[in-house]
Amino acid sequence: MTGPAALWVRLLLVAVITVLVQISAVSQVTLLGVTADLSPLVVASVGLLCGSVVGAVMGFAVGLFVDTALLQTLGVSSLVLLCVGYWAGRLRELRDPAHGLTPVAVGAAATAVAALGFSLVQFLLGVDAPVSLLLLRDILVTIAVNAVLAMPVYALVRRALVRALPEDPRRRRRRAYVTGGLSPISRA
Amino acid sequence: MYKQSVRRRRAVLALLVAASLVLLTAYFGESAGGPFHALQRGVLEVTAPIQEGASRALKPIRDLFGWFDDTLDARGERERLRKERNELRRQVIGARAAERENSQLRRLVNLDRSDTVEGYEPVTARVIGRSPIVWYATITVDKGSSAGVRKDQPVVSGDGLVGKVTAVTGGASQVTLITDSTSGVSARVLTPVVSDSANGITGVVQPAVGRPRDLLLEFVPRRASIRKGDTVVTAGSQSTRLESLFPANLPIGVVTKADDEELSQYQRVHIRPFADLRRLDFVQILTRGTRRGAASLRAQEGSP
Repeated sequence: MTGPAALWVRLLLVAVITVLVQISAVSQVTLLGVTADLSPLVVASVGLLCGSVVGAVMGFAVGLFVDTALLQTLGVSSLVLLCVGYWAGRLRELRDPAHGLTPVAVGAAATAVAALGFSLVQFLLGVDAPVSLLLLRDILVTIAVNAVLAMPVYALVRRALVRALPEDPRRRRRRAYVTGGLSPISRA
Repeated sequence: MYKQSVRRRRAVLALLVAASLVLLTAYFGESAGGPFHALQRGVLEVTAPIQEGASRALKPIRDLFGWFDDTLDARGERERLRKERNELRRQVIGARAAERENSQLRRLVNLDRSDTVEGYEPVTARVIGRSPIVWYATITVDKGSSAGVRKDQPVVSGDGLVGKVTAVTGGASQVTLITDSTSGVSARVLTPVVSDSANGITGVVQPAVGRPRDLLLEFVPRRASIRKGDTVVTAGSQSTRLESLFPANLPIGVVTKADDEELSQYQRVHIRPFADLRRLDFVQILTRGTRRGAASLRAQEGSP
């Protein structure tokens, strides 16, 4: 299978595996008192690799699956994660960041946006219990833990999607130098 | 071409945002038996075996990370536990005498013991999933309605109260922990010194979002004398019409601090839960099979 259909099938698989791994494994491992959240990392990685529309759709799908599998309020995670995916995709479309550490920064920012987005939605929906300031510390530690995981997660998502992607900017640049056609050295 | 692409992108975004908001509104509007809730239970039913397999396979990794965390906390924990042990020794001596006396008095007045934990049938369940979001304190366990689990049944661990069942499928259930923002448990304070004024203090245990190791006992009158180290247990049934979901005397936690706020008629009591809710591998669901059986048996014995 090739073309857009192959990409959507791979994205669906990535979404399902992400949610299953998250709820059955990652959520049960505590690091520095918090658990890592793979969902914003995967959605941001897809946005970075595939653009804003695919990123937003992926965010919506992953959020819907998370809310459904965990019996949470439907629509909350979808709303937050589609914003994450769209933003990461727009970043790629407008800036096309080529720095090697871009996934780390984007992963941290995506986690921050997701955590703050959840907090905002929860406040809008009305929280009965008092909210501790330690929540802020938890959010910051989660961002740090996710930033550490961002690079391997990006690499895995890229590996899963790379064959189905219409064009990969980095691969395109690398090929340009190897073939010699556009290299400044070859023109000299 | 560019304008068309921009229009398409914005249309997709608007459509997805609208879909999320529609879902959110519809979910809030429907009852627990509605189609969205049914869909969620269906998905849980399908994913539960996968979650269970992954949970079992990844236990060594969880334990490894747990060991690192435990080692970091061990020193402070040891000192605290030593103090707690000494305090508990003193309490146990008083409690044994009180228990003996209580037992004799119960026999004298022929009290019904059906509201104690002994009347329940515990079902041991493995934790197979957990919510990653700090706002939702829920776990998924591998026992459902086929094992006798029903909605609203209390869930305990070896240390104390954990939460209650909030959704059930055939082979799995969702447990909302006592640290979830929607949780509230009627509770009673037990003090080592037996006196009417101290042991009658009741309140509602609520969580503080973002503090999994700190619960709040709310609606405690300011004049009530509560001390650090006092034990908090479930209040249990106080009325025949509005029965509590939790049986009486399930341990919840220990008092760590009491805030006597000047402007409030209530004081806010901080409690450290006995159960480590961040690291649960197994829990027990207190099903009511035996209890119902015992009740019907009593009714049969009573009938001519």
